[in-house]
Amino acid sequence: MESNPVEQELAPEIEDIVEERISVASQRQLIWWRFRKHRVAVVATALIVIFYTIVIFADFLATNVPADSEAFRGLMPPQQVHIFDGWKPSPHVCAVTGARNPITYQKDYVTDCTEKIQVRLFARGYDYKLFGVIPTDRHLIGLSDDTLRPEDYIYILGTDKQGRDMYSRLLFGTRISLTIGLFGVALSLVLGIVLGAVSGFYGGLIDNLIQRLVEIVRSIPSIPLYMGMAAAFPHDWSILKIYFAITIIISLFAWTDLGRVVRGRFLTMRDEDFVTAAMLSGASQRRIIFRHMLPSFYSHIIAAATLALPLMIIAETTLSFLGLGLRPPAISWGTLLQDAQNVQTIALTPWLMIPAIPVILVILALNFMGDGLRDAADPYSN
Amino acid sequence: MLGYLIRRLFYAVLAVWAVSIISFFIINLPPGDYVTSYIAQLAIQGNIIGAEEAESLREYYGLDQPSYVQYLKWMNQIRQGNLGFSFEFGLPVNDVIGERLVLTMILAAATIVFIWIVAIPIGILSAVRQYSIWDHTFTFFGFVGLAVPDFMLALIMMYFSFVLFDFSVGGLFSPEYVTASWSLGRGFDLAQHMIIPIIILGTAGTASLIRITRANLLDELRKPYVATARAKGLSEWRLILKYPVRMALNPAISMTAYILPFLVSGSIVVSVVLGLPTVGPILLKALVAQDMFLAGGIILLIGWMTVVGTFLSDLLLVWADPRVKFEGR
Repeated sequence: MESNPVEQELAPEIEDIVEERISVASQRQLIWWRFRKHRVAVVATALIVIFYTIVIFADFLATNVPADSEAFRGLMPPQQVHIFDGWKPSPHVCAVTGARNPITYQKDYVTDCTEKIQVRLFARGYDYKLFGVIPTDRHLIGLSDDTLRPEDYIYILGTDKQGRDMYSRLLFGTRISLTIGLFGVALSLVLGIVLGAVSGFYGGLIDNLIQRLVEIVRSIPSIPLYMGMAAAFPHDWSILKIYFAITIIISLFAWTDLGRVVRGRFLTMRDEDFVTAAMLSGASQRRIIFRHMLPSFYSHIIAAATLALPLMIIAETTLSFLGLGLRPPAISWGTLLQDAQNVQTIALTPWLMIPAIPVILVILALNFMGDGLRDAADPYSN
Repeated sequence: MLGYLIRRLFYAVLAVWAVSIISFFIINLPPGDYVTSYIAQLAIQGNIIGAEEAESLREYYGLDQPSYVQYLKWMNQIRQGNLGFSFEFGLPVNDVIGERLVLTMILAAATIVFIWIVAIPIGILSAVRQYSIWDHTFTFFGFVGLAVPDFMLALIMMYFSFVLFDFSVGGLFSPEYVTASWSLGRGFDLAQHMIIPIIILGTAGTASLIRITRANLLDELRKPYVATARAKGLSEWRLILKYPVRMALNPAISMTAYILPFLVSGSIVVSVVLGLPTVGPILLKALVAQDMFLAGGIILLIGWMTVVGTFLSDLLLVWADPRVKFEGR
């Protein structure tokens, strides 16, 4: 009871403090406060951060060389990692042996849990370079080397037809699929901002021409065009070349959404006082566009870019899935899912469908994150 | 009104022209020309063609002339209804595409109808009962529907229909109807087989149309005329359906024009996965074999049909929303 009057006295003061905090907070801070309220978007962002961490540490997280094929271990089902052996903590996987079924000629695998293969954290594995520079052979999980026999192995998500480790391949596929989206967005940002800015800033005939161009590009189905162009890549092109060529093709058609956002912003902002002021004080048009107008809606551009990213990822995955995008030995979500193209494989070896999970997760998360960013981009609106 | 129509028609013509340029560009993308590939193809079959004959073929197709002449020659051919020859199938392109093109368009049109039938009632329900359990459920499914790529949805549907119902999805006709001529039975069979492809194709569009309808209707419901009608004692559902819904439908119509290209794109991919006899699998096959006249012809025709479809939905908008007539005056 005693504290009540004190609280009552404090309350308005706290309110004042809150208000003061808001009035002196930077734009960035306001955006962050607004964004934080959108719980789903925050969770989605955390998920995206995790996925891009995988992109950076794919080598470290992998358990096997993704390209290593072992024909005699083809289509092996996933091995579960057991953390306890009875009550004793002793991480292990069960040994799996395969034999041809004499009637169906299929490989049947039998899990034998009496034979345990020890697993540990920070185990030694194949050599790689962390961040592309630091040579090391430590991996997050792997077989512990003290009890290692040559016939021991760990395939957390099973293997594909050629006996390659699905788990490690999925990590490397994540790396390719997520970065191709980033490059694509970067490229369409450049196109979208330049054309959108010119369109919105100058208006008139130029605006009309660019808007017609946008309309025409949008009225043509894009997938057949992607397919047509991607099919023309020479077969002797390197993975890297195809990777960039695909990025360019996708962004050629994907800039229109970004262009629209930028144009709309420019149109509404053209008559703002600070633009007039900059014009009157003799700033060049380039300076007004890039120093005054663009920075005032960076947050909108980031939101639009986040929403464009999933479209890029879908486009690449679809093309590669159809066999027109990245081609094996390149690993991406699309090339991984190529193995799961017909009902038989899906029904007999459902773990080949696992790459579908990260695709859906990432695309959902990016959509939620972009939604949250778009709402937060204008912290002064209600 | 007339001005609006003429402007729309002009843009449609521009788009038709752009599509033809892009298709021609794609035809000419692969290294080597048509005749070289043709000769190589014939050589595989054991027919060796002499240099002289090759030269006369080149002349016939105008390959010795600058590319704009080639383009005009190609367009002139198309004007006569001849899309060229497909060596992958050994048939004129017209014969290869024929029925498949019709099925592609039927699929796209049916999907649009499906989207409308499903999305608009749900959108209305979500707006009228905002923040109810229905609203949240549909919003969630809407997000998922938007996020999952078509081909993946097709894979997942294939998996579950196989595991749960032991039923394999694929094709658009039962075996006995594949080569039959059109009849009532065949049409009914087609409709049955189209259900799953339509659901797969329509999910993303349905999701976005639900969101659009919901948002627009929410805006309308807050307007004073709704309060007036309510005060006058109009029954709630009649009041909602008569005015605000009509207003909220206009953006839904203009959205149809916008999603048509996506539907056509999606139908190509879904057809490849499900093995539907639309132009999708043929396009893929043509591209892999670099049978460029076939591929270019398909891209050209579906591009044109999409442009025409977009134009038609523009007309629909004029009919539904008279205000559009005065736009830009």
